[in-house]
Parts: sequence; C-alpha cells; structure tokens
Amino acid sequence: MATLIDENTRIIVQGFTGKIGTFHAQEMMEYGSKVVGGVTPGKGGQKHLNLPVFNTVKEAVQKVGAEASIIFVPPAFAADSIMEAADAGIKYCVAITDGIPTQDMMTVKNFLRRFPRKERMMLTGPNCSGTISPGRAMLGIMPGHIYIPGNVGVVGRSGTLGYEAADQMRLLGIGITTSVGIGGDPIIGSSHRDVLEKLEQDSETKVALMIGEIGGPQEVEAGKFAKENMNKPLIAYIAGLTAPEGRRMGHAGAIISSVGESAAEKVATLQDLGVTICPTPSMMGKTVAEVLARM
Amino acid sequence: MNIHEYQAKEILTGFGVKIAEGGLAYSVEEAVQRAREIDGDTWVVKAQIHSGARGKAGGIKVCKSHTEVEKAAEALLGNKLVTHQTGPNGKMCTRLYIEAGSKIAKELYLSFLIDRSTERVIMIGSAQGGMEIETLAKTDPDAIQKIYIEPAVGLQDFQARKMAFALNLDTSVLNNAVKTIKGCYRALRDLDANTVEINPLVITENNELIALDAKMDFDENALFRRHKIAELRDKSQVDSREVAAAESGLSYVGLDGDIGCMINGAGLAMATMDMIKLAGGEPANFLDVGGGASAERTEKAFRLVLADKGVKAMLVNIFAGINRCDWIAEGVVHAVKNIDMTVPLVVRLSGTNVEEGRRIIAESGLPIITADTLADAAEKVVQARNEMAA
Repeated sequence: MATLIDENTRIIVQGFTGKIGTFHAQEMMEYGSKVVGGVTPGKGGQKHLNLPVFNTVKEAVQKVGAEASIIFVPPAFAADSIMEAADAGIKYCVAITDGIPTQDMMTVKNFLRRFPRKERMMLTGPNCSGTISPGRAMLGIMPGHIYIPGNVGVVGRSGTLGYEAADQMRLLGIGITTSVGIGGDPIIGSSHRDVLEKLEQDSETKVALMIGEIGGPQEVEAGKFAKENMNKPLIAYIAGLTAPEGRRMGHAGAIISSVGESAAEKVATLQDLGVTICPTPSMMGKTVAEVLARM
Repeated sequence: MNIHEYQAKEILTGFGVKIAEGGLAYSVEEAVQRAREIDGDTWVVKAQIHSGARGKAGGIKVCKSHTEVEKAAEALLGNKLVTHQTGPNGKMCTRLYIEAGSKIAKELYLSFLIDRSTERVIMIGSAQGGMEIETLAKTDPDAIQKIYIEPAVGLQDFQARKMAFALNLDTSVLNNAVKTIKGCYRALRDLDANTVEINPLVITENNELIALDAKMDFDENALFRRHKIAELRDKSQVDSREVAAAESGLSYVGLDGDIGCMINGAGLAMATMDMIKLAGGEPANFLDVGGGASAERTEKAFRLVLADKGVKAMLVNIFAGINRCDWIAEGVVHAVKNIDMTVPLVVRLSGTNVEEGRRIIAESGLPIITADTLADAAEKVVQARNEMAA
C-alpha cells in the first residue's frame, strides 16, 4: 500500500469554494483522488463541484467520513483551519497556503502535540506542493502526469525542484511510491525525518530521496535518523551552494543563520552519516538509478 | 524585516526596557541640537544602518564636545558604511542616533529568537557581552546560557531570574533585570518578531541596567497584522532591485556574479544557480517568478534581471506544472521583443506542453539558445557568458 494517501482516502478541501481551492479540487478529482466535499464556513449546505459544502470540518468527518484534508485558506486564517482539522479527527492534512506567520505555526505545533501520538493528525506543509502517490491519489497542486508509479519515496522542501526530480526519474523509467512536499517555511508540520519514518515503514518503498536546502537543522536530523533507524538507502541533494549567508533565498526558511546551515556543511555532515549525495541537481535521477542498480 | 536601532529601542522602551537618553537626527544641525538637549559631557553618535558590527566600521563615534558631535555627524551622514554584514557595497547612512555616553561597568549579552529545532522561543544570555555570540559559541560555549520557553505558558519569572543569575547580575538590579528580560520576550511575542538582540546589555557605574544597543527582526509573513511595524521599513537599507521586485510580487536577491537568472520556484532557483556554479559561472541573482509567470510578470522579471548592468548572459529555467510551457514561451518571446536585449539568452523549459513551448521559441526567429536539461542549460549559459566576456 502507499503511505499517507491512496485511491480510497476520503479527502476534503478547506477553502473549497475559493478560486484556488476550486481549481485544485478539480485537478485532484481528475487525477483520481477521492474528494468527498469541502469546508467553507458560512456556505454549509450548498453544493460545489457536485459535492457537499460543510460549515465545519467536524461535520465533514461525521457526514462524509473525511480522513484527509487539503488547505487553501488565506494565510491569516490558515493556522486556525489546520487546528480545526486536527480537532475534528482528520488523520492527514496538507497545508498549501504560503505566508503563514511563524508564531502561528508555533501555536499549531503546540496544539498538535497535545494529542496522544496515535490520535495526532499528521500535517505536511505549509508552503508546500502537497503529496502524491502516483497512479493512486494526489493531495496537492503538482502536475500529476510527471510522476509514474514505482518504488522510490521522495521528500523535499521545494515544489518545482521536486518536479524536476520526478521528471528526471520518469525519463529514466524510475517511478515513485509517494512524494511529499514538506514546505519551505521555518516551522513546518512534518520534517524530512518524520516523512522518512513513514517511507521506511512503507513496504513498497525501496529507496528514499531527500531534496533539502540551506537553512535550519532538518536535513542533518534526517541524516542522523537514517543512520540509526533506516534499512533503506537514503539519497540526498541539498540546494543552495551559491547562497550567501544571512540572505533569504525565496523560501522563508531558506536562510543560513547559524553554523552548519550552509549547503556545503550539510552535504559534508550527510556524507559522514552515510547518505548518498547527488553531486548536482541534474543528477538526482541518475544517482537514484545507480543506487537502485546496486540493490 | 529589519529595523533600526533607534526604532527597536523605542519599541522596547514601551515594554519596560531601560535605555540611555537619546534622539534621532537626519542632519548635522539636528545632531548638534540633540546633543544640546542631552545633559552630560559625552555623547555617542551612532550611524543608523541595518547592520551589526557598526563600531568596527567607524559607524559609532564617542564625542566629548558639541563640535566633535558636529564633525562625527558630517563624517557619517550621506556616506556608505561597509561592515562584514553589509557586503562590499555597504549601506547608506541617512539617520543618526545621538545618545548620552554611558559609563560602562560591565557588558552582557541577551537575545531571544525562534529556534527551528525545538519550535520554541529560545533565550540566550552571556555575562561576556560586546562580542558576537557566534564567536563566543566557538571560543567559550560554557559562557552561554540557553533557556527554552514553553509557548503556551510564556516566559516565567523564575526563568528570567535564572538568566539574571547566569549573567552574574547583582541582586540590587534583579527586579529591573527580570523586567528587562520579560519585556524583550513580550516584544517578540506580541509583535511577531523573529529576533530581539541586546548586545551589549550593560551595567553602568551607577549600577543601572540598560540596553546599549538593540536589534529586532520581524516576520514578513506577520506584517499584515502589524501595521505599525510595517511602517518602520526603511527601503534605503535594502537593495533597490529587491524593493522593486517585492513590489511586483517577485522574489529577488542580488549577488556578485554575471549570469542573470529567472526561475520558477525557490528550490529550483537555488539548484539552477548551483548548476551555473558547477559549470564554472557565477549567478548575478536569485529570482523566483513564482507559479503564475504570466507574460506581464515575465517581462517585469526580464527587466529586473537586465537592470543589473553586470549581467553578461541570462538563463531562464521554468518547470511548468500547473502552468504550460507554451504560455511561458509566449511570455518569453514577448518580453525579448519588448526589451532591447544585448546579452545572450538561454531558455530551458520542461513540464507540461514542453514540445509546444520549444516550437514557439524556435519559430520566433529570435536569437534564443534553447536547452533540454538543467546541465545543458548551465553549460550553454556559461559558454555564452565566456564568449561575451572574451
């Protein structure tokens, strides 16, 4: 089975009736995702895209059995929507919204930690492209056609760089079990490490590819986790070799603000931890192919 | 978003943090006037630029007379200061902060920031102030006290006292220390700051605890609800190209190389710049045009990249997801026709409708070099740059 989502996962869209929510709900449905409705407070009882609209996430869970949610709510209200999803019993939530204040995300993470581990909603994002299990379901905004089913698990911060990786692999005939975009913000729902834990548990995934970047401690933490807890090979690429210190490179979290956060330092640490490094971003597909060939 | 020292001090004063008497000046005359208003025999003229390490760069001058204040103000106003944080171009000084000289008995360090690892606010203090904390972390890590703050509960008095004792503060200033520490924390929490740094926090010879310098950095994503903070933005302290980019909804960072870049997505942009470097070139900029990349946006992005006269070649790398390569190709062709391009252009498109996109570029009759892969694109743009430079 695919990890996180598959063709049977019952999905709702928060921020369903807005322009962006509507567009991506249609794209997900065309891909084959089981979208069962949406939430827009105040528009409950209406129909949108032939699906029910609810006032609350709780109602969507009770009436259409929603299990997963995708959030297109504007940044000022997105943290609230994430917490509502967690409270309502959603199991997995993807927050696409870009621009959520850092302290709001601190509140969200603190809120999530209050749930016992087994009942805790998994969150990926915000500021991410979502999650796809090729051929099964898409809970995100990626171009579905560049992903083919296979046995590589992918986790990355960036959207388009993840597409680049998927495309390189597709051209070599390599497919993907699940690809997860974790987002470019400083505080995010799930780290590289959290997703690697899922990929390690997934029986179909044979190798994992991590696409990281400058800033923050997460790639190194993931490398340590892989060394201690993973049997599957981990391959990594870290973007931002040319990024100067102290400058934000697009993503709010992509900033070298302390020792160990530059691309070169992360690559060196990951190499020491036994992670296979893609020497250049044009070799992500090729490096995965080499690792697969050795297995 | 960074603000000036005087702005940070004004904010922190509102949260109960004590500072030395001081005032702002935009001109030499104003600087002298401020000094006249402040009692005492020593004044410090401080250049207001968005950078630390101003002292070493000559941006902080201790003056013993009003004439000295005048001379210091003349030397600083309207000039650029170069510190190791500003980059070689330096930052323009248009404002001065004139402060009463303090008789320092002891310098301490205090800061608050959001720790990405624990997802909490961390308070950092050291009895050894005045130097950069990163340097201290390397040379004497035991001299640094770190206290993590539980977000739901906030900073408690006992934690503030713990920090005060770690700073070796005398019990006679304990109450004021707790007030200062809690004030800084509240400023960070209440105003969506990423950082509050007091370096140095000083004990004066009169046994007063004051913030001699103050630095605050705010979360750009939270400015929608912090209107007063947003108004503190000083555009003169930011690269004018970055200001123009932000106004067009583009994300731009100027760099020192000569290969201009236009890419969609921050991660792909960083990766493309890495490829340029690996191919032997140096990127002139980071530029993320975002997901939309309409013809209008594309043209704006082209103008922005080419406004840098150091650019000798340009690379466009777009991965069309929700977008379509044919739309992007049309936007590129449109932009090139509208702009008088004098440098070679390499375009690499991939993703949705890529064949159609390539056909539009090829049939445009424009001298655009096309590339299929990331590596191909980087090699071609570096080659084109070398031919231009030769």
